[in-house]
Amino acid sequence: MQEVKEFKPNIVAFCCNWCSYAGADLAGSSRLSYPAEVKIIRVPCSGRVNPMFILKAFEKGADGVIICGCHPGDCHYNTGNFYARRRMALLYSMLDFMGIEKGRTRVEWVSAAEGAKFANVMNKFTSDIIELGECVKLGDIRCKD
Amino acid sequence: MLNIGVFVCWCGSNIAATVDIDQVVAAAKIQPGVVFATDYQYMCSEAGQKIMRNAVLEHKLDGVVICACSPRMHEATFRKNAEKSGLNPFMVEIANIREHVSWIHKDKAVGTVKAIALVNAAIAKVSLNAPLISGESSVTKRALVIGGGIAGLQTALDIAEAGFEVDVVEKLPTIGGNMAKIDKTFPTLDCAACILTPKMVDAASHENIELITYSEVESVKGFVGSFKATIRKKARYVDEVACTGCGVCMAKCPSKKSLNEFNCGLNNRPSVYIPFAQAIPNVAVIDPQSCIKLTRDKCGLCQTVCEAKAIDFTQKDELIEREYGAIVVATGFQPIKVDKFDELGYSQNKDVITSLELERLMNAAGPTGGKLQKVSDGSHPHDIVFIQCVGSRDCTARGKNYCSKICCMYTTKHAMLIRDKYPDINVTVFYIDIRTAGKNYDEFYRRAAEDYGVTYIKGQVGKVYEEDGFLVVQGSDLISNEQIKIKADMVVLAAAIEADPSAKKVASMLTASIDTNNFLTEAHAKLRPVESPTAGIFLSGVCQGPKDIPETVAQAGAAASKVIGLLVKNKLVTNPCVAIADEMLCSGCSNCFNICPYGAIGYEEKLVNDHGIRETRRLAVVNPALCQGCGACSVACPSGAMDLLGFTNKQIMAEVDAICKK
Repeated sequence: MQEVKEFKPNIVAFCCNWCSYAGADLAGSSRLSYPAEVKIIRVPCSGRVNPMFILKAFEKGADGVIICGCHPGDCHYNTGNFYARRRMALLYSMLDFMGIEKGRTRVEWVSAAEGAKFANVMNKFTSDIIELGECVKLGDIRCKD
Repeated sequence: MLNIGVFVCWCGSNIAATVDIDQVVAAAKIQPGVVFATDYQYMCSEAGQKIMRNAVLEHKLDGVVICACSPRMHEATFRKNAEKSGLNPFMVEIANIREHVSWIHKDKAVGTVKAIALVNAAIAKVSLNAPLISGESSVTKRALVIGGGIAGLQTALDIAEAGFEVDVVEKLPTIGGNMAKIDKTFPTLDCAACILTPKMVDAASHENIELITYSEVESVKGFVGSFKATIRKKARYVDEVACTGCGVCMAKCPSKKSLNEFNCGLNNRPSVYIPFAQAIPNVAVIDPQSCIKLTRDKCGLCQTVCEAKAIDFTQKDELIEREYGAIVVATGFQPIKVDKFDELGYSQNKDVITSLELERLMNAAGPTGGKLQKVSDGSHPHDIVFIQCVGSRDCTARGKNYCSKICCMYTTKHAMLIRDKYPDINVTVFYIDIRTAGKNYDEFYRRAAEDYGVTYIKGQVGKVYEEDGFLVVQGSDLISNEQIKIKADMVVLAAAIEADPSAKKVASMLTASIDTNNFLTEAHAKLRPVESPTAGIFLSGVCQGPKDIPETVAQAGAAASKVIGLLVKNKLVTNPCVAIADEMLCSGCSNCFNICPYGAIGYEEKLVNDHGIRETRRLAVVNPALCQGCGACSVACPSGAMDLLGFTNKQIMAEVDAICKK
């Protein structure tokens, strides 16, 4: 029998320094586990996440990208998360059109006090990505006839 | 290429137990640019920091990666350490392998792989770091305290004593807060008014304190050291300076049907009123909801009788603009509404009251002059039952899942005071647990149970109902494991306390973070308990979580000392991670200008040399003193001219690259 290799997705999480990164820290200090496939990149604000970063992640073989910021109205810089939300809504439709399913990208609001929510969000996102399977590399996408 | 050093911390067994340190060190050593990698049990200790400093000198390191706890914990520590060894502090990056790895991944193999990926990302980032120089910003030497309860007053007094000016903004017509309603305080049973009112007077008469009552902070702009606040001073319809507080208007006012908020609605007050006798300022206020003149343009009797000519029906809300260096949140608490606990009969029966209502009933300045009587008919009660944890430690949607902390003690106090004053009254307390942690607290509780004859029953109450003119409390006694029914004349509910409803708005205005219970979050649960994660914002009292008066006063003083520590500085070091525009790429489109929440971007006509073509162009220029480093402009810029120092596009791309590498 051929051995089926378990699919380990590669997930990049962009977390804002003020809310979500602290939420992830709280998940850690509360010992709330979530899949090790999730790797966090700290950014000052969800509004700092350039769509280029996400394209880059998919180009380099990410299977899912999640952006976490402060709840609407709670942004440390007042409005950054609103920009992130709008920007990403556009980007995700474009990625979907290009063949990277909408479910592979997500924006979530996690406050500094929501360690449990952070772990839940990551558990859910990872299981969704596992269901979607391995992602085609952005560089390998070619126009079909 | 930089010379990078990697330092892996064990954090005792916190990291070392679930991450293979040797593997991480070995993996780091083969990364491009890494010339030195080592590990130590506690990198943050003096010995650990020394290892880093020595390595920087010995191996001529110009980039350092610390693989340890969250950068929110010790980034500043290691940056300072870098500075000591002559390295620019911003040449240090942290790989968070504790909160994000070792504490959540129990499988050592899995954790090690993730740790290596995070370390590689940090190495990739640091290799693109550039030395950054911090700027300076000025400090406005004035503090704002939001809330005039015991927490806010104590903070204001301590700051004022240190020689700085403080404004206290209180939304109600008087300062004093919840403590002003309390009769006596545990565990000493000294009267609350005797310890609070002198503080109120001190605050009012202090040359450095300005009390801005009946006012709310409407907006706050700016950042640590230079906040700009707009305060709405609501129309009192009474000239604060002219009013002598004589009370004639109160006596003459024909509209006396408004519920007296100060007495928890147990009696009524006139439309023009002074909240209580010791109110500060001792100035009347007109309730625009019930005043006949303001609602129907009739009456105006108060204006006629006022000899000081203080009544002014034309008064309008006033906006005050002030600048502050620091802001303290002291918004306090309120008891939750207990009518949703329908089975306890609060809304059906007048003799089911809350503890704060009992407090007013027992207060000499309260509606009954301190005589304890049934609310329904004014008769003397013989049996009083207290029910604890109404809405506290309650995981259903009706209550709060936290312990309100003060209820065990104040109920014990009530029970003692009643037994002391009226030995004929039987007092029974239903409790889940008695929590009396605190100096002399357990002794106090034991005195109530042993010396004062208060009956404590461990168990929860199922319902309170009326039968033959009495209340019947039906509950379970967990010790004897049986259902019991107790006849009562009065039932007192120890309602949970919750953050004041204004806390959410205030936190949002200050971009201070708040938890799911609307309590403000501290910067660090243990090490920075009175600071908000947002620089320049401090927490005082129950706005941060339930606490009793001694704890509140202690925390208020701590918050004040932090404020003083800030205001005493003439200059603050600013974060050098600010936006920067590339003159060769900027097209002067104004996208960055439009998105910047701080107005930190301006335009200048500049002469540029673009591949031999010399011309004058309109270019974006960032003011580093105003830029807070959010990076919104760097994403909005269509030509890629804007970038954020410390979190440059290249750095983040390099991190993404390192993480995605399989």
